[in-house]
Amino acid sequence: MIEKGTSPQIKRITQNFGFGLLGLMSSMTVVPILIVVIFIIQKGAPAISLEFLMGFPSDGMRGGGILPAIIGTLYLTFGTAVFSVPLGIGAAIYLSEYAPENRWTRVIRIAITNLAGIPSVVYGLFGLGIFVIFLKFGTSILAASLTLSIMTLPVIISTSEEAIRAVPNSFRVVSTSLGATRWQTIRRIVLPQSLPGILTGVILGLERAAGETAPILFTGAAFFLPRLPGSPLDATMALPYHLFVISTQVPGMPIKIQYGTALVLLFFVLIMNIIASVIRSRARAKRMW
Amino acid sequence: MNIIEVDHFSLSYSDGTESLKDITLSIPHNKITVMLGPAGGGKSTLMRAMNRLNDLADVTFVSGKITVDGLDVMDPKTNVVELRRKVGMVFARPVPLPLTIRQNITYGLEVAGEQDKKKMDEVVEQTLRDAVLWDEVKDRLDDPGVAISGGQQQRLCLARVLALDPKVILLDEPTSGLDPISTAKIEDSLQELKKRYTIILAPHSVQQASRTADFAAFFLQGELIETAPDKDLFTRPKDKRTQDYVEGRFG
Repeated sequence: MIEKGTSPQIKRITQNFGFGLLGLMSSMTVVPILIVVIFIIQKGAPAISLEFLMGFPSDGMRGGGILPAIIGTLYLTFGTAVFSVPLGIGAAIYLSEYAPENRWTRVIRIAITNLAGIPSVVYGLFGLGIFVIFLKFGTSILAASLTLSIMTLPVIISTSEEAIRAVPNSFRVVSTSLGATRWQTIRRIVLPQSLPGILTGVILGLERAAGETAPILFTGAAFFLPRLPGSPLDATMALPYHLFVISTQVPGMPIKIQYGTALVLLFFVLIMNIIASVIRSRARAKRMW
Repeated sequence: MNIIEVDHFSLSYSDGTESLKDITLSIPHNKITVMLGPAGGGKSTLMRAMNRLNDLADVTFVSGKITVDGLDVMDPKTNVVELRRKVGMVFARPVPLPLTIRQNITYGLEVAGEQDKKKMDEVVEQTLRDAVLWDEVKDRLDDPGVAISGGQQQRLCLARVLALDPKVILLDEPTSGLDPISTAKIEDSLQELKKRYTIILAPHSVQQASRTADFAAFFLQGELIETAPDKDLFTRPKDKRTQDYVEGRFG
């Protein structure tokens, strides 16, 4: 529609105002993130030292380092990956490449969507019931990793499925016409092409697992351990839970250590995020379609 | 001698878009058979039935029989992978696989279990020569398949079908998106290739059909209207509808 009687100048001003408003709104989403990061760096950086990163807590957590929590979070993230990555990618391949569109697969899809919406503390209780008590894993890295895996699965499945579906169908037709079986087509064409998207989903899922407190609260997190866990059946300290403990449960806690722990956790998650972005951009540059 | 026998073959898709109605047709060995007719006539469907690519689509009803080189195509016991190697296909739009030029050609061999690198290098050169592409890409075999022009991509697609050493090559409007020079190159290579392969072509125009045909079949709305050897279909059509189509009155 052409508006009559509006001079080009006014149109330009209106347009600039509109763009300006949109720009302002998008920058406003950046501001809180920046403030949080700067705030935590400012308050936490003084705590960071070799002793803090490599030492055990001392003086009832009021001093010393957070090594067991760092190691514990690494263990839990790794354990979560071991269970959720093969299962998640396998499910995504099945759903996108093999599953017929019928009532059963619709039920599976609805289940996955709903799984993603369940509050994490519910996963914690579920893990307590199934892994800790029923399967007798006790409060352990194993039970916590399994609980985190179930929480992470929907993220991995849905992002992987999306990445797999984004591969043009013409590749599948051509590959089939050249005598490839369905699995050969998946392995040689579909998976290599969707791998960047899958990895991004995996890392985002694991990142969430690394930062969660509620699911490990009853399943594997320890308040304090004098030594590092020796087996998957040991309980472990973990960064998010440790942060929760020292922020709420320990009176007279030096604020420096709290923010130092938050900074380490933030850094951990940030590194994973950066890895995901690098994988994505490198794959995009190498993409052959 | 006929390499493909289509015997009272019918097929329909679940959405009812395009179907084949009781097609009976013999395709001669080492000739260019042209299947022409307006869009939606069933040419693509019949081609995709010959190498069971229809398995990927939603087919609801099939009856009748197709044999390719003695192989019963619709028989559930037929090894489809073997069938597809026998009946190669070039599509309307060139789709290089997301691999290098070289890998696009060796793909069919590799999925068949070939490991001899030297043999594959020979196949790459030979098939690219047969597809009249070698001189243009010999120095950039490890570039992505999409890095070359559309006309070159389509010849690459032809070369990778040749690498399978098929009996039959199906070409579904292979030049529809190409410039006249690339089209001429493909038509020229077909004249060479028919000495070794049976070629079935859905042409993108009546002119292309009459230029290339050794045997022609006219399809209209899922029915086979008439067939004729050589250029007879274009010079002496028997059916009024065929005549109208080749003279450009519809389609």
